[in-house]
Amino acid sequence: MIGDRQRFTPLQRLLHWLMAVCILAMLFIGVGMVSTVMPKYLTLVSIHKPLGIAILVLALVRLVVRLRFGAPSLPADLPGPMKVAAQLSHYAFYVLMIAMPLIGWGMLSAAAYPVVLFRGVRLPAILPQSDSLHTLLWDAHFYLAFVFFALILLHVAAALFHALIRRDGVFEAMAPVSTHDEVAPAE
Amino acid sequence: MDAFTPPTGVPLGHRRNHAKGICFTGMFEANGAGAALSRGQVFTRGQYPALGRFNLATADPNAPDATVRVRGMGLRISTPDGQEWRTAMIDPPFFPVSTPQAFYELLVASASKDPNAMKTFAGVHPEIAAFGAWAKSAPWTGSYAEERYNSLNSFILIDNSGAEHAVRWSLLPAAQPIPISPDDLAKRGPNFLEQEIAERVRGGPLRWTMVVTVANPGDPTADPSKAWPEDRRTVEVGTLTVQQIQPERDGPCRDINFDPTVLPTGIRTSDDPFPAARSAVYAKSFDRRTAEAKDYPRTATDAKP
Repeated sequence: MIGDRQRFTPLQRLLHWLMAVCILAMLFIGVGMVSTVMPKYLTLVSIHKPLGIAILVLALVRLVVRLRFGAPSLPADLPGPMKVAAQLSHYAFYVLMIAMPLIGWGMLSAAAYPVVLFRGVRLPAILPQSDSLHTLLWDAHFYLAFVFFALILLHVAAALFHALIRRDGVFEAMAPVSTHDEVAPAE
Repeated sequence: MDAFTPPTGVPLGHRRNHAKGICFTGMFEANGAGAALSRGQVFTRGQYPALGRFNLATADPNAPDATVRVRGMGLRISTPDGQEWRTAMIDPPFFPVSTPQAFYELLVASASKDPNAMKTFAGVHPEIAAFGAWAKSAPWTGSYAEERYNSLNSFILIDNSGAEHAVRWSLLPAAQPIPISPDDLAKRGPNFLEQEIAERVRGGPLRWTMVVTVANPGDPTADPSKAWPEDRRTVEVGTLTVQQIQPERDGPCRDINFDPTVLPTGIRTSDDPFPAARSAVYAKSFDRRTAEAKDYPRTATDAKP
């Protein structure tokens, strides 16, 4: 599904940047809430749950959009291993964006906690009560969060590498607004 | 959390505090009077299944009954709308200290080898004196059935018009408390309370009246070490009936976290900082003990050495 366009569609760019903000916030909220016993613990937890479900919904929408519209081709002169790394990182992002909320939801279900998104809005349990499942999912949620963060750092490093060193248009493909370089040919 | 570790080391797989306990199942029957204070379904007239746990406030699951001053009850009431009200109450009329930080310091001080640690603590947190006086003078009873269990923390009830009421709640026993000295309790055996409650419930269900106490404006809602004056309005909202006792090791309460912030619509946390701290700490306790499930004797045969 690789298209001929130079850039991702506006909808894809919107989803990318919106989710970037949500996911970064989510990671810091997650670290924050397991590090405090102050009243803000409850506030952080009450943001973490609905935001996680929002990310799940956005990720599913984004997956459909990606399958429908594809992605711009990578530059022909990009070395093979870097192309493979770029593609693998996209798979990893989609897996994490969809799996993390599901793992969190499953973890709460396995612990028999009611999964309350807002006052009065409750999600059904998706797993039976089980401490072995709870432990497995808790560990997965915890460690995958750090994997997610590492992946984001790699992604940012790669984006900067494309934007500042290679200047090959890959960064511009996802840039939120048209950059000077891109409008240059029209001048 | 680590401040709960008893000198003998962490009892793997057990709750980190209130480690010794026994499960019960029963029914909460709301009389409808609470509906004037809260829109929660649990306050509308009707019967709702209850699950709970009688427990001792000790980090040692093998502590002899007569060595533990504070007794508690964890309770979960489920309503047909899918909501839950979880609460964990204890029998003193007020909490030993004013803040979660002070409670942590209390745990550290009482475990300290420094002979002056408790004195120093009492100097900084004078509210502990009232608790000390209660612990010394309040009569002990020989049964979980004869205890009054108090939320101590305040919560906010929200009624149908959206008006908010700061409250605390208590379960008042139908059974008449019969005082017993700790020495006499010790003579009855280290696990007498669990045997006694199982025996008593076999003879017939036990009842507690749930009473909600409404704060007056200006009452200390953020400090559970301060009891509210006796003349505050109270509303009897229903009756808890304990119908069956089950051993904890394979009982339905074993894997339930009685997190006091799991509340239905119509109840929310107040400016009392304890429920949030308890929620965070109970979650950690739950995460740790469920991960240690293999170290916990799940069945009668496992328990044998």
